[in-house]
Amino acid sequence: MKKHIVISIKSLVKRYPIGNNFFTALKDINLTLNTGEFTGLVGPSGSGKTTLLNVIGGLDSASEGTVSVLDHSLNNTSHNERALLRRKHMGFIFQSYNLLPVYSVYENVELPLILNKVSPLDRQKKVNQAIEWVGLSDKRDSRPNTLSGGQCQRTAIARAIVHQPDLVLADEPTANLDAENSHHIMKILTKLNKEISTSFVFATHDEKIMGYLKRIIHLEDGMINKDEKIKKSK
Amino acid sequence: MLFKIALKNLIGARLRTFLNVFVTSISFFVILFISGMYDGMRQYAKQTTIDTEIAGGSYWHPNYDPIDPMSFEKSHSKIPIALKKLINLKEAFPILVSQASIYPNGRMMPVTMKGIPPEQSIINMEGNNTDKVNPTKMLANHDEIEIPVLIGSEMAKKTQLKEGDTFIIRWLDSEKAYDAMEGTVMHIMNTENFKLDIGTIWIPIKKAQNMLNMENEATYVTYNEGIEKVKSSGDWLHRDVNYLISDIEAAIEADKPGNQILFFILLCLTAMGIFNAQVLSIFRRGKEIGTLMALGMTRSRVVGLFTLEGALNSFLATIMTVIFFGPILWYFAEKGIPLPMDYSEMGLMIAKRLIPVYSIGLILTTTILIGIVVLLVSYFPSRRISNMNPTDALRGKITT
Repeated sequence: MKKHIVISIKSLVKRYPIGNNFFTALKDINLTLNTGEFTGLVGPSGSGKTTLLNVIGGLDSASEGTVSVLDHSLNNTSHNERALLRRKHMGFIFQSYNLLPVYSVYENVELPLILNKVSPLDRQKKVNQAIEWVGLSDKRDSRPNTLSGGQCQRTAIARAIVHQPDLVLADEPTANLDAENSHHIMKILTKLNKEISTSFVFATHDEKIMGYLKRIIHLEDGMINKDEKIKKSK
Repeated sequence: MLFKIALKNLIGARLRTFLNVFVTSISFFVILFISGMYDGMRQYAKQTTIDTEIAGGSYWHPNYDPIDPMSFEKSHSKIPIALKKLINLKEAFPILVSQASIYPNGRMMPVTMKGIPPEQSIINMEGNNTDKVNPTKMLANHDEIEIPVLIGSEMAKKTQLKEGDTFIIRWLDSEKAYDAMEGTVMHIMNTENFKLDIGTIWIPIKKAQNMLNMENEATYVTYNEGIEKVKSSGDWLHRDVNYLISDIEAAIEADKPGNQILFFILLCLTAMGIFNAQVLSIFRRGKEIGTLMALGMTRSRVVGLFTLEGALNSFLATIMTVIFFGPILWYFAEKGIPLPMDYSEMGLMIAKRLIPVYSIGLILTTTILIGIVVLLVSYFPSRRISNMNPTDALRGKITT
């Protein structure tokens, strides 16, 4: 597979106003991620993992530095351009699933395709395939409130990958799950990473999923203090 | 695309949608019902005046001024031939108006004495909705009685007269001579037109002409509905329905600002109800808005989605109003609403059973205004919330 830069971050600083002062959540972050990477942003609470993920996803903007995602600079881009980038090329997985409660599993998964104006026939095919990938074919008509935590997260995964994005950003995807479900979810994501060549970036401090990551970026106090590539024995 | 998502949201939200639509629908119903009652009240006053007093219109003696009793003395003459013909064809009847004094139970009271043909059937002073015999008929065939008298219930209450009671009537005839005779109450009518009741006594016209020494004379002639204006009515003046109800029209016109204020207040109450429901619904969905933004929905589309949901909400409310409240509105429009008291005592021409009138104008105005209100109360909160930072929205943190 040809390597291509998915994320390029140079000298990123992110500050939040707190009263009359500023809190610096990210300091001098420099990072490059390539196609197909399975990367974890690891660190304790408050280390800046989610903030970095939000900046990469264009949900938040950088205070200083440059951020480029999938060859699109996120500096000086409008909300609409960032929304378009997310819609076409990114998928999001949240800690608390963020499924729309009034939609069924099928409808939740279908939503990104509707936003991307995919034809109904294609939509049906892709949604069924995504639901099958995550093993929820028997729950396609269920509403989120009738699903277990693991099933909800699998629905969220299906929603994140249904349009086969180039990049999936996952914020603590296993934090609300037990060990068995966490491993199940990670196995699904590893499989998808291999099958659809999507790059994954996780914000996590869950020890259980470390073994699945190919690259671990350690964050502490808003700075990268270690970037390790994991070599797995076959 | 937005329509599909909005529809899915509404259908998926089930109870929340039902409650929102129900609140809007109730507002719809209340505005239609109260405004309909108000319109019905005004319409009723107009129709009652036509049924009990005006019929198709009148021809007046040139000196006649109904609000100036001093004019009555000079406002009588022989009936023009063309009008006489109408009377013979039973398409019109004459009325002779004069001043008189009555002495019920020893007290003196000035009244307007009106002579009317007992056999006339063009107007029914008790209204057209009654099955009872036309009250003027009660004046017929009483040769043994000096003056048979018909009065209204309010007049009866004021004078403490009952059917069969007698009292003295004193009047000034055309020769300027005072005379007096005994009148007997033949019937007490229940009319909603207070102008026919308060301060008025009705006697057979032949008797009046005889008493006043005004043989074959009248003050005005009332003709049947559907009769065209006669070509020659001499110097008598034609007064059509529009002229004769102009006082009521003027009262309605003067009342318009009041009606508009009432409508505005109802609309504000409605807006508050809908605003409350919509704002609660939209702000509770902050996380959902954040998720939609994360999935790539632009801010303008988020606003569009919620505004569209509001529009669909008002559309569904219109349907719900028709289905659930339509029969109730129809029932009241058919059967009327019994009022707890008789407002005619206050000199108000209000039916004992009030029939609401829902005009097309009222329905359209209400539908459009409620639609606009729903759109506005959907648009503004969603615009505010869509301006939030998506990360705050995702956390459900409402900071607007």
